Amino acid sequence: MFITNDVEADDWDRMTLRLAGGESVLSGLWGETDAVRIAVLDAAVSGITVLRLPCPGGHFPSVARHHPVAIRLERAIRDLFGLIPDGTPDARPWLDHGKWEVRHPLSKTSGTELSPAPYMFLPSEGESLHQIPVGPVHAGIIEPGHFRFTANGETVVRLEERLGYVHRGIEGLLAGAGLARGAQVAGRVSGDSTVAYALAFSRAAESACGARVPPRAHYLRALLAELERIANHFGDIGAICNDASFPLIQAHCAVLREEVLRATNSCFGHRLARDCIVPGGLARDLEDGGAAILRRLTATLGSKFARIVEVYDNTASLQDRTGGAGIVKPELARRFGAGGYIGRASGRSFDARRALPFPPYDALAFEVPVLDAGDVNARVWIRIREIEQSLLLLEHVLDTLPSGPVRADVTPGAGEAAVLVEGFRGDILVYLRLDENGCIERCHFRDPSWFQWPLLEAAIEGNIVADFPLCNKSFNCSYSGHDL
Amino acid sequence: MRRLLFEGLFRKPLTEPRPNTDDKEIRELVARMTKSARRRLGHSLSIREVDAGSCNGCELEIHALSNAFYDLERFGLRFVASPRHADVLLVTGPVTKNMHEALERTYAAMPSPKWVVAAGDCAFNGGVFAGSYAVGRGVAAVVPVDLYIEGCPPTPVSLLKGLLTLMEAQAHHTTP
Repeated sequence: MFITNDVEADDWDRMTLRLAGGESVLSGLWGETDAVRIAVLDAAVSGITVLRLPCPGGHFPSVARHHPVAIRLERAIRDLFGLIPDGTPDARPWLDHGKWEVRHPLSKTSGTELSPAPYMFLPSEGESLHQIPVGPVHAGIIEPGHFRFTANGETVVRLEERLGYVHRGIEGLLAGAGLARGAQVAGRVSGDSTVAYALAFSRAAESACGARVPPRAHYLRALLAELERIANHFGDIGAICNDASFPLIQAHCAVLREEVLRATNSCFGHRLARDCIVPGGLARDLEDGGAAILRRLTATLGSKFARIVEVYDNTASLQDRTGGAGIVKPELARRFGAGGYIGRASGRSFDARRALPFPPYDALAFEVPVLDAGDVNARVWIRIREIEQSLLLLEHVLDTLPSGPVRADVTPGAGEAAVLVEGFRGDILVYLRLDENGCIERCHFRDPSWFQWPLLEAAIEGNIVADFPLCNKSFNCSYSGHDL
Repeated sequence: MRRLLFEGLFRKPLTEPRPNTDDKEIRELVARMTKSARRRLGHSLSIREVDAGSCNGCELEIHALSNAFYDLERFGLRFVASPRHADVLLVTGPVTKNMHEALERTYAAMPSPKWVVAAGDCAFNGGVFAGSYAVGRGVAAVVPVDLYIEGCPPTPVSLLKGLLTLMEAQAHHTTP
């Protein structure tokens, strides 16, 4: 499932050309003190391939030179490790805003920060263009990020994102940490995906240490993952409709979301199920009576949600806003390897639960909805269909839930692993390498947002400025997951 | 849609009774406000939220305050879009170095009198992110904090209790 090889610059370049030619999909690109690693998904190989290119001179051949999808990843590598991508089309910093007091914080020779040059946004030229700067502090209750719009009247000519405001230095914090701390921090990479991140980290740790997880833990993990997916999709559908000035659906969806969180709290002791998944299994079993609570939940959610969907489907004024807005072309979604509802609303059917099945999904039947329209409306419908599928999955898991322990011992030791887990937003990649004491030598998280944020820039082009919140909400990319 | 609206007229509200604010979950409340300020505010607070590097877990629960179960606005508490309209700055996250200036400037843009509420364990002292090159030591290292609300993330009930405590402290002092 996972191969890692040291390669020469020639092999690296060949891989880059395969990515550019669309034969493989880029799944991750990250730095280490003396090397860069690339993770690719290959249609021919069922699994992730990881290549390592040693960089003794502090340079590596740019992937972005042929495959622009890698631009921001390479800018981040340079900021954190000081490794220079030769031939890169964009040498501006990305995560480093010149505020850390240290330069290249994760490199062997981190130095003092120089006073940074002012950040140059990409130019747009033409008559009667004006710029609108937005953020990092936004009007709503959302995460910080900067959006630079260039508009012609009401129409957006160019959007450029500037992120990195939420950079907390997570990968630096994890160097030398134990597995328990790793799982704790993983669950705080992106709060809305706390289950998915804890699951991805734990699976990587188990794979690296050769630990086996009890069957009941696998099923309960899937239960938590689907509850998280449903809760987030309810929140998103409501928020999208609210941004289309239709708060009725938001009011109802917010109630359904709250019901999911309360049930999760009753069953697992935390509304977001934070810190429940740990290497080896689960920190706690389902509470007594939890199965009955969840059965009641799925039954009521199903019928209540169907009526909300009916309202969405029959309100022409709402569909007038969501239909045709913020289109992501299927070709672009494929090239960027966009995961989750963004990819699946634009014809890319990839779902890590199906493509690289891990237990218990290999034993469960479910459908992966796919549409081609690529607009806000399609992203709403993918979420609707995914909620329906997740409700079925929950029932299926409850019907077949094995008994037994929920946690096995993990003996920490040297090893490495890369795993892909399907969060509500898309596929999360975790690469983990442990030293002989079982401490973290390198841990890298790649949020699905890395390959979705750039598509938002493309989707908004030609739309009116006032539709940006709507388009942005339909993406709901993670700032914290991206910034780390 | 008509059915949905019609039912809403006759169904019992989902909204729950106000939580008890005499609770040890509220870590600290420092009365920093002057008497005249208390008199001017009346019984309502406008809140400006700033995410200063949280994982977005706190934001999810702050959002939940507006749902039918908690219905924040019945207490006179409301979220506003601009710091110019705000009495309270609600801050989450450990304050990343990249957000330091934005937080300072948001605070500076608020008219006095003003209060700062720091929500979440990482807002208190950096939490799990403490010690990183990219974060500071919590909100109080940047702006003066009047109230901490614990939790990772704090539940909507603890958030509500904290905000009500702040409002009550102010109302209590206003009564002649």
